[in-house]
Amino acid sequence: MSQLKHLLSAADLSKSSAIEILDVAEEMAGVNSRDIKKLPTLRGKTVVNLFFEDSTRTRISFELAEKRLSADVINFSAKGSSVSKGESLKDTAQTLEAMGADAVVIRHHASGAANVLAHSGWINGSIINAGDGTHEHPTQALLDAFTIRRRIYGSESKGKDLSGLKIAIVGDVLHSRVARSNLILLNTLGAQVHLIAPPTLFPAAVDAWPATIRFDLDTAINEVDLDAVMMLRVQGERMNASYFPSEREYSRIWGMNADRLARLKPSALLMHPGPMNRGLEITAAAADSKNSTVLEQVANGVSVRMAVLYQLLSGERTNIDA
Amino acid sequence: MTTRTVLSSGDIDRAITRIAHEIVESNHGTKGLTLLGIPTRGILLAERIASVIQRHYPEFDAASSTGKLDITMYRDDLAKNPTRTVSPTSIPAGGIDDAVVVLVDDVLYSGRTIRAALDALNDLGRPSVVRLAVLVDRGHRELPIRADFVGKNLPTSRDERINVQLTENDGETCVVIES
Repeated sequence: MSQLKHLLSAADLSKSSAIEILDVAEEMAGVNSRDIKKLPTLRGKTVVNLFFEDSTRTRISFELAEKRLSADVINFSAKGSSVSKGESLKDTAQTLEAMGADAVVIRHHASGAANVLAHSGWINGSIINAGDGTHEHPTQALLDAFTIRRRIYGSESKGKDLSGLKIAIVGDVLHSRVARSNLILLNTLGAQVHLIAPPTLFPAAVDAWPATIRFDLDTAINEVDLDAVMMLRVQGERMNASYFPSEREYSRIWGMNADRLARLKPSALLMHPGPMNRGLEITAAAADSKNSTVLEQVANGVSVRMAVLYQLLSGERTNIDA
Repeated sequence: MTTRTVLSSGDIDRAITRIAHEIVESNHGTKGLTLLGIPTRGILLAERIASVIQRHYPEFDAASSTGKLDITMYRDDLAKNPTRTVSPTSIPAGGIDDAVVVLVDDVLYSGRTIRAALDALNDLGRPSVVRLAVLVDRGHRELPIRADFVGKNLPTSRDERINVQLTENDGETCVVIES
């Protein structure tokens, strides 16, 4: 396998390297289900979680993954650090380099921040993108693919891709890094993707994306035999214009509720990256149904992130192209 | 490069049969016996030893007493090689607490694989005893580790390669030395 140094985009992954990460994640899931949830694999490595934007599950998930692989973990959040005194990304990165960080997990409100860090020369370690603005969130796409593969193939999952599966991504595509990374990875793995949103919540050049574009959730449910439906969070904090008339209208036309859920096939997965706006893009009844994979996604996130850290950090560090 | 066959298929079958009997003898029966193979060929050897034990001691259930122990994550040379592929670990349903665990591998060389396997076991439970069975002991130990059950002692030089082939994996069963 060609060795990856950074994980900045879902497009960094070929089909075989994506499947390899998912297969390693299956083994990590085995570790996570035993009494002693610890491997010595990254002993002596230092991983910095650099979070410029609020996060609950991604930060905790990465931290748990790092600790279960025995890495030394430093958590850095912009609030309460020198960033609030005006320190730049460059100076922050060089400080981490001077302290000997082997990897930096970065979440930033600016699209491309992880890319800048990886190619700036400020820091030599591996960079893992944990969400940059409205651009990408590759580990979320990996954990979603892992969740789909596990639900559908169970103990026969290893080595499998997602070819032939029909997956809908519904909601705020415009602002969603989860949607972008998922679209890329699902295509890499051979799935057929349907993007469903109000016209105002699609980016301008969406026609060029490798997906079927739809404006109505009900016709998609009626016409396509969907294997999984991913609901996206309506990102209030990024919405500085009126993208839809009212929350009630959005919920009625594009929200997932018990009625729409009943029209999906019984085995269909209902996914949400969290945090959920209950009552807006998903009703409580749908979120707590047996189709819902929300908590599985959280648990699988730790296994998948352990697999990513293993792939990026365990091998020999020389002879790798940055 | 010259190759020389040192163990034939028949030699290997007899060695496995002897090891199986030695394991049961030293344990005074089959009580608590759990065989854990180290990927790749150790798994196949563990299965062969278990089926021999089951043939002679019907109270021993091979399927529920055999498992796989991947040691990749516990290696001490992870940072010196390209990222290694991880193999599955599967432990018998009863776990290994208080079991008599026999680790099975094809070749014992530096002893570092077994060191990693002991660390891996430590994270899975607390066996009452851990023993080691290998098909070939080729010497050159780098750690204070020895095997309890050995198919064949093969004194080698460090630049020779020992190649264990098993039908399930390689199409034929033999041990060859390449030098």
